Amino acid sequence: MTAAADIQAARVAGARLARTEASAGQLPTAPPGARRDHLLVCRMVQPGSRVLDVGCGDGSLLALLRETRGADSRGIELSRDGVSDCLAKGLAVIQGDADTDLENYPDDAFDYVILSQTLQATRQPRTVLEHMLRIGRHAIVSFPNFGHWRVRFELGVRGRMPVTENMPHSWYDTPNIHFCTIRDFVGLCRELGATMDEAHALDAGGQPVRWHMPWWFWNLFGEQGVFLLRRG
Amino acid sequence: MTEHDVIDLKVAGRRSEADEPTSPVARFGVDEPLRLDAGVDLAPWQIAYQTYGELNADRSNAVLVCHALTGDQHVASLNPVTGKPGWWQSLVGPGLPIDTNRFFVVCANVIGGCMGTTGPASSDPATGRAYALDFPLVTIRDMVRAQAMLIDRLGIQSLFCVIGGSMGGMQVLQWAATYPERVFAAMPIATAARHSAQNIAFHEVGRQAVMADPDWRRGRYLDEGVRPRKGLAVARMGAHITYLSEPALHRKFGRTFQDRHAPTFSFDADFQIESYLRYQGMTFVERFDANSYLYVTRAMDYFDLAEEHGGVLARAFKGTPTRFCVMSFTSDWLFPTVESRALVHALNAGGGQVGFVEIESDKGHDAFLLEEPTLFAAARGFIDAAAAVRGLR
Repeated sequence: MTAAADIQAARVAGARLARTEASAGQLPTAPPGARRDHLLVCRMVQPGSRVLDVGCGDGSLLALLRETRGADSRGIELSRDGVSDCLAKGLAVIQGDADTDLENYPDDAFDYVILSQTLQATRQPRTVLEHMLRIGRHAIVSFPNFGHWRVRFELGVRGRMPVTENMPHSWYDTPNIHFCTIRDFVGLCRELGATMDEAHALDAGGQPVRWHMPWWFWNLFGEQGVFLLRRG
Repeated sequence: MTEHDVIDLKVAGRRSEADEPTSPVARFGVDEPLRLDAGVDLAPWQIAYQTYGELNADRSNAVLVCHALTGDQHVASLNPVTGKPGWWQSLVGPGLPIDTNRFFVVCANVIGGCMGTTGPASSDPATGRAYALDFPLVTIRDMVRAQAMLIDRLGIQSLFCVIGGSMGGMQVLQWAATYPERVFAAMPIATAARHSAQNIAFHEVGRQAVMADPDWRRGRYLDEGVRPRKGLAVARMGAHITYLSEPALHRKFGRTFQDRHAPTFSFDADFQIESYLRYQGMTFVERFDANSYLYVTRAMDYFDLAEEHGGVLARAFKGTPTRFCVMSFTSDWLFPTVESRALVHALNAGGGQVGFVEIESDKGHDAFLLEEPTLFAAARGFIDAAAAVRGLR
């Protein structure tokens, strides 16, 4: 199967899942101020699951998962301030590094391992993803799409490294060292033999790009990709 | 009265503190021996403790605070020997992270200590003299067993939280490993699941200093009315350096002279740091028993939680129901962060619910006893969240 066909299949499955859940009203009313990509991740998580958020920042996604999904929420975060914020929220978060600490977790320790807007900042994205698929029965990955038309415009027309709302850093001080496009990510999933249960592209406003659009449209107009994966 | 008379009075006070402490004490008779790892049944024996706050109706709000090497039960109230405030008065009290308005806080002197729990300075009922070296060697697990018998006697089945730093943290880990169902939440701070070779080495230097003092008298100094002041002071001076950090020492003392502007070309305490250490050694001797120092340092040396689980630390916590909050400090070289990380990895592998933060501080190992806003904030967050899950108001 080609990458395009893969995406198409996953998108159809994802859209179907999203539709059924929305109609069943399984996600309680979204708390005000919750990020759209966070809400999308919440929808992917079955209630009562064990969840590990890698690079969980101040713990807002974990807290949301706990509140809306009753998830047993754990996290790893690099920054001390982030960990302190999480502990103050009553979350079991440890200070650590996605690149070095995942290997210490046993197989199948979690139902979902989440990497939200962190993939591009890891030193070894492939290894990180492999560990996620090993530790969790599912992996959820969201990342900024380097194939978005504004990025292409900045690079292709203006000849500058792009600085956008989603990627606010200048090239010299960015923590993001491994950008990829939605197509690149799909390619990696195929290499790892991961199954894509859901794939979404979110536009600049965080709204899902309409699912029936062709794949090149996603890679051009999706500001970020959100994927639900599992081992092959 | 000469200076020595004053000190001797304090020594006499210490002696009575060992048998008749200025705090509540639970006494266990010959029918309730304390089974020690050394294979000895200690009886009769006693454990001295302090409590703060009120136990609630369903006995679910008890917090056990475990003290470090030279600490005692006076965690949040005036120390009867030194006259100084409690050693963790910054963390334990009304409105503080361990809020005595909400929680019933218990802190007990460890077995082998010298503040009222049975130890080498206590009177041996068989002879009427102090036990001295006739006292059996004790371990961290013995300390925890003794605490568990006290907690039983206080009518508490399950502790809401067990918290402690350094050797106190070792007891926290031992509690969680030995009595997982009795520990709802655990906060081991600046500690390790085993004592490192370097730390055993430092302790050995301290013990040798005590035993090299001619006034140690093979441990029988109390009978002979003397005390190994110099040896114990040197042990404390050496140990005290390990509780600090190079940057903190430099910030506090630098190369500043003490009450002078130039070197005296003698072995006087020319430098402020020398004078500070001598003071630390001297004051310690007045409040601590030398044999107790030998026993309690030895208990730390023997601590290796993985050992009783086939060398695999994760097994000590397999399926643990306890929620953990582990903390370390960046400049702590006695119990460095790598030890806490190993513990966190083991807890994770065992499926435990664990939070971990390394706190930025230049104050070394002692940071856990000092004003550290990040420590307080994290402790408050963790305890409040755990209390909510436990249904405590």
